[in-house]
Amino acid sequence: MPIQFLYPEYEVVRNPDLCIVCRVCERQCANEVHRYDADLNKMFSDSSKCVNCHRCVSLCPTRALKIVKSDHTFKENANWSRQSIEEIYRQADSGGVLLSSMGNPKDYPIYWDKILINASQVTNPSIDPLREPMETRVFLGAKPGSIRRDKDGKIITDLPPRIALSTPIMFSAMSYGSISYNAHASLARAARELGICYNTGEGGLHEDFYEYGPNTIVQVASGRFGVHKDYLETGAAVEIKMGQGAKPGIGGHLPGAKVFGDVSKTRMIPTGTDAISPAPHHDIYSIEDLRQLVFSLKEATEYKKPVIVKIAAVHNIAAIASGIARSGADIIAIDGFRGGTGAAPTRIRDNVGIPIELALAAVDQRLRDEGIRGNVSIVVGGSIHSSSDIVKAIALGADAVYIGTAALLALGCHLCRSCQGGRCNWGIATQVPELVKRLNPDVGYRRLVNLVNAWTHEIKEMMGGMGINSIEALKGNRLMLRGIGLSETELKILGIRHAGE
Amino acid sequence: MAANPVREGNIRIPSGCAISGMFAKDGRLVSGESIVHSMTVMHDRSNGLGGGFAGYGIYPEYKDAYAFHVFYDNKSAKAECEAFLEEHFDIINLSKIPIRKNPRITDEPLIWRYFVNPLPTKLADSQLGEREFVARCVIRINTRIKGAYVFSSGKNMGVFKAVGFPEDVGDFYRLEEYEGYCWTAHGRYPTNTPGWWGGAHPFAMLDYSIVHNGEISSYDANRRYIEMFGYSCTLQTDTEVITYVIDYLHRRQGLTMEEVAQVIAAPFWSTIEAKSEEEKAKATYFRDVYASLLITGPFSILVGFEGGLMALNDRLKLRSMVAAEKGDMFYVASEESAIRLMEPEPDRLWSPRGGEPVIVTLNHTTERG
Repeated sequence: MPIQFLYPEYEVVRNPDLCIVCRVCERQCANEVHRYDADLNKMFSDSSKCVNCHRCVSLCPTRALKIVKSDHTFKENANWSRQSIEEIYRQADSGGVLLSSMGNPKDYPIYWDKILINASQVTNPSIDPLREPMETRVFLGAKPGSIRRDKDGKIITDLPPRIALSTPIMFSAMSYGSISYNAHASLARAARELGICYNTGEGGLHEDFYEYGPNTIVQVASGRFGVHKDYLETGAAVEIKMGQGAKPGIGGHLPGAKVFGDVSKTRMIPTGTDAISPAPHHDIYSIEDLRQLVFSLKEATEYKKPVIVKIAAVHNIAAIASGIARSGADIIAIDGFRGGTGAAPTRIRDNVGIPIELALAAVDQRLRDEGIRGNVSIVVGGSIHSSSDIVKAIALGADAVYIGTAALLALGCHLCRSCQGGRCNWGIATQVPELVKRLNPDVGYRRLVNLVNAWTHEIKEMMGGMGINSIEALKGNRLMLRGIGLSETELKILGIRHAGE
Repeated sequence: MAANPVREGNIRIPSGCAISGMFAKDGRLVSGESIVHSMTVMHDRSNGLGGGFAGYGIYPEYKDAYAFHVFYDNKSAKAECEAFLEEHFDIINLSKIPIRKNPRITDEPLIWRYFVNPLPTKLADSQLGEREFVARCVIRINTRIKGAYVFSSGKNMGVFKAVGFPEDVGDFYRLEEYEGYCWTAHGRYPTNTPGWWGGAHPFAMLDYSIVHNGEISSYDANRRYIEMFGYSCTLQTDTEVITYVIDYLHRRQGLTMEEVAQVIAAPFWSTIEAKSEEEKAKATYFRDVYASLLITGPFSILVGFEGGLMALNDRLKLRSMVAAEKGDMFYVASEESAIRLMEPEPDRLWSPRGGEPVIVTLNHTTERG
């Protein structure tokens, strides 16, 4: 037996007094952690295979199972963490790039948690959302700089193409392939019921979901998978994906093992071939090339669809966004360094990019300084944890937010960060039919609707507390925010004052 | 004057207030005495930290020139400002604004009045329209010349304001000696103790003047948006930003006052849904295009402009405001009692609904939004 350098970080603990040997855990675990010994009539677990997804824990009828962090330890070392050591063992063993999923889990600042929201007291009244209208409708798209009137003096109400959202929340791009058919079905149905949009990601649009077109953002990424005329014309908007917060600067890779059946058909590539999205778009090597793609897509859709350009939050984000705002794009989507993914090189996920809060504040201010904030709407994503994060994002200057991880959590994801393995026990990040069917779209879409409705209620409560009864009066209203425990530089970038000021 | 750390512009000061206005639709000129009198009954709505008035039609002899009313902290500010004015304008007349000493009005700055017209060469060089040129010069003086503050800059109109109760301010400026077809008034109740005259209302830009009662919750959303278009909100007051929003929409975007009201006190979506298709399209257009100029939170405002007056409440009517008519006279005030002092027996007296503007213009009947 070879030397085992790695000891499981988490251990499966079974309470033998509670276990009734029903074998549900065994059936539910696609990683084959649980095993039944018929001779002993007893369940055994192999913690080394456990990804800590809680599927078995959640389905155990007697709560006999729990997953605990192992107290097994290396000799304590403030410089060499267990993770650093084990990653070296892993790479020395495989010779490969470390792969991870979902967002950057490292201990970087979460600026949302260092920002506080205002409320009315005495000098102006708070507004009770249960008694008064409280409006959350937003439009995404370019605003004209001046009005036009017809010969009778009536205002011509034509506007550039736009998206109307009942609440400033959209589901961010997750491709069919990286997530399952049932996950897509849940997102699409929820988006329609909520009056918002979901996003196809770079996986094309399954033919069953064309009916959700008015609530669908169709993505065009560097691999151009699944892009054709009907696809572009079906969506409410077309999104050019230039980058992703989880892996700025690199492309994507859906292993051939996941490319079969409808996934291969929807992506328009042969069964079993790896779907590799190049790092750059091979027709975009600068901003003027982006402009050409923007207008190619506008031509293809007869100027009826807004074009979104999605970029990862990187150091020079304000200047990049300024360039995009002049490129003909209608909406800029910015993805922060905490943004999720189905698979990314660990080093990139954990070390590349910047926090969305700082990127958003810098971009919004730069576009205002240049007088072009009205040219584009700004959508931000990359770890929106709650409704208060949304209120803060909008007050910093966003028009709307993208939620990806939060939406998957609503569907049952437990952030085990093992999507790249393709054996998601929750039926989300997998193409294995028996696993996919575990996610019931009837239940999944309802949970998404519940989440967004709950958040919208909370947004209304916070708006009412501030004496604001329409979301547009919150947008860019940074005076409603205060920083706590932030440096002068951080406050300056966020454009907010410190609490008490 | 020493820099006051709690002066407008250094901090943001919310305030409650009283407002009052009168308008003669037939253009007859009315002495300022009546509007000053109307404010006495609302004395308790102010706290002595700011009062002011705007009169329209008061300078018939110079009606084609821009009347600049300027506060100076000291003589060097005056010298610097006058040098700027001479460089950019033809100064037709200049004088101190006549005042009467009042024991409750103290620490007055130097208060001067200039009737000016842009120098044709400077105006041509600027490649701007005349009004835009004047507006930019005013913003420039107010932001660049320390100790100088132009608080009135329209034609045939003027703002008079000070730290004090409104009735004392009216007495101080001898408003009974002026006659106008339109007057607005303001008494201030700031929740802080600044001592700066420029922070009083009305706030004016060209011929637009605003008096405002309320505290808007959309302030920074409005400010950060409007500042994209060359405005600089140095005072950090609601009135300042509302004035710039109205100047932008009415003068620069070419909206009518009714349309301006539809932007800043936009109807709720539930109201819009019930409108005709044409009205729905227009209302939706305004809410979308000018989303960042929606004003939320409580306000009642009187917007004076050349030949007209608009009274407007926020869309929930979170501040009191009453209007009345008697023949060709239109009255509006925070309280009915103030109207009764100006006109004891109006023909009609009503409380305009939230978000529905009342606009009166010369030789026109009252329009209800």
